Amino acid sequence: MQAFTRLTGVAVPIDLPNVDTDRVIPARFLRKPQGSAGYERYLFHDARFDADGAERPEFVLNRPPYRSATILVAAENFGCGSSREAAVWALLAYGIRCVVAPSLGDIFHQNCVKNGLLPVILPADLVAGLRGQLHARPGVTITADLQRQTIAAPDGGVHRFEIDAFARQLLLSGQDEIALTLGYEAQISAFEAESPAWSRPRG
Amino acid sequence: MATTRPPETARTTAPLTMFDKIWARHVVAEGPGGHVLLYVDRHLLHEGSAAAFARLARSGRRVRRPDLCVATADHYVLTSPGAPPPDAEIARMVESLVTHSAGHGIALFGRGDARRGIVHVVGPEQGFTLPGLVLVCGDSHTATHGALGALAFGIGSSEVEHVLATQTLWQRKPRTMRVTVDGRLGPGVAAKDVILAIIATVGAGGGVGHAIEYAGAAIRAMSIGERATVCNMSIEAGARSGMVAPDETTFAYLRGRPLAPDGEAWERAVADWRGLPSDPDAVFDREVGLDAAGVAPMVTWGTSPQDALPITARVPDPGQAGARRPGLERALAYMGLTPGTALTDVTVDRVFIGSCTNSRLEDLRAAADVARGRRAVVPAWVVPGSGLVKRAAEAEGLDGVFRAAGFEWREAGCSMCVGMNGETAREGERVASTSNRNFEGRQGRGARTHLMSPAMAAAAAVTGRLTDVRGLVG
Repeated sequence: MQAFTRLTGVAVPIDLPNVDTDRVIPARFLRKPQGSAGYERYLFHDARFDADGAERPEFVLNRPPYRSATILVAAENFGCGSSREAAVWALLAYGIRCVVAPSLGDIFHQNCVKNGLLPVILPADLVAGLRGQLHARPGVTITADLQRQTIAAPDGGVHRFEIDAFARQLLLSGQDEIALTLGYEAQISAFEAESPAWSRPRG
Repeated sequence: MATTRPPETARTTAPLTMFDKIWARHVVAEGPGGHVLLYVDRHLLHEGSAAAFARLARSGRRVRRPDLCVATADHYVLTSPGAPPPDAEIARMVESLVTHSAGHGIALFGRGDARRGIVHVVGPEQGFTLPGLVLVCGDSHTATHGALGALAFGIGSSEVEHVLATQTLWQRKPRTMRVTVDGRLGPGVAAKDVILAIIATVGAGGGVGHAIEYAGAAIRAMSIGERATVCNMSIEAGARSGMVAPDETTFAYLRGRPLAPDGEAWERAVADWRGLPSDPDAVFDREVGLDAAGVAPMVTWGTSPQDALPITARVPDPGQAGARRPGLERALAYMGLTPGTALTDVTVDRVFIGSCTNSRLEDLRAAADVARGRRAVVPAWVVPGSGLVKRAAEAEGLDGVFRAAGFEWREAGCSMCVGMNGETAREGERVASTSNRNFEGRQGRGARTHLMSPAMAAAAAVTGRLTDVRGLVG
């Protein structure tokens, strides 16, 4: 997994609350292998492209100042719905490395951490203010600093965010979580040795 | 480690929720940031697990406990009898599950096996899901298994790989929420109406970061299938898990199921399960209450499951929605609805009865009771949740009822709930659906979904519009 330390990049605002992962990547693309050629095109596909595959000019990512975005500033409950990790893979394929929102769908939130995409939770009014700045000055940049746990806004404001120590450590180091857990083999085996017989499937 | 699983009697005297009890007995180790290494007792797999298997193989790792896994083909199988796969990619998704399951010695319910079906129908049906266990699956509707008193939640592909390799997950303890539904449901009102009413109350993000417990007289009175419908849509309220305390209904349901304990192990299991319900004075981080008598048959009008209203209501007016106006306008434009229209004046093009929310025997019976002696006026599909549900329904003649009424009786699978197998609605088509998501494009690009109960969907099929089923039955 790619580590995340600090990123300065163009930020794109997504204003609608409850953007579900079906909208982030429609189900028909889930049979495409992770990271295969053209994967970046699946991101927000049906909002970005019309039925003939032409760009919808009104969609925010199709507007020139936002095309090179690496940070997405969203509204409440972004990434709700389906557990599809492909939603994160599509964001990464496009180049998005950080999502800022007042809240995120729980499974999407976990999937971000597992893939080196930084999830940043900040108060709703502050995030709305950030989106407002991005609308007012399309193409401006934001800096996300995981080491310091800060977001530097286009207006010069610096906002501290909380992130749990485990997620922070994984993101900063980019370490293989499974390798880490395999170090607990003795504890896992001891736990299994004590599990009651009824808790195992019969047969 | 001995310290990780204290006997119930030796625990602190503080009252505990059922969630606290199950969580505590699954902690293998403590990690940083309040994370614990949580043991996973059961892992359900489907075609979508392919990417996790592939990464596992690339890193040269094995499945640690294949005996705690069950795989079934559901998302990509076709539900039209005898139809060829629509494209090679879809066929490959099913084949890949067969290959990986065989390679790792994982039990698979594949094509031609009557036990095959939707993963969240199969787990309880086989007795694979049990009270007090931690169960995971790479699917957000895994909370369904909470109907039996399991702590069950959906995970992403990386977490599937982690569970395959280690039989554990690093998790941070969520907050707890209790949703109490007191009183009795009125005639024609179903479990689906209850959960839609709950989601409309707490909102699509209201349960984020929470584990829900459903309680109260109306929940206690429900069958396991009905409880499954309620728990299933916990994720539509933002919560990863939702569960109901096990009781005599639970034990009667599980006794004799193929993978459930038997003999002395059964007795020990039941004795353990009786200690699971939340202590009487346990404290939840959040409490929500609902009066069952006040719940009417519900339908959704928008593109989020929280956009649910009683069938007697009208399409809302964005002009009175305040800050929510832009979202509402967009939803109504997508849905092709005019503010102020009576919901019962909305015509539908197609009906889908099925999905992990509503494809069990009691769902099919409720739909058949409405279809019996009537005639569908739009295309209507009935997709049973498993081969065994299909067989049981046929044994009591439900297939005949549906066929006589012009409904299409199909094979088990996820089908048009998600359309991964190519079974989708056409652009602009309006679908009365018993599934769980009315998201834009969920049932096909440009398709418009209205969520409702099986009886309400059957009523829409025979009238061609959204209909209050209370006028057709009883």
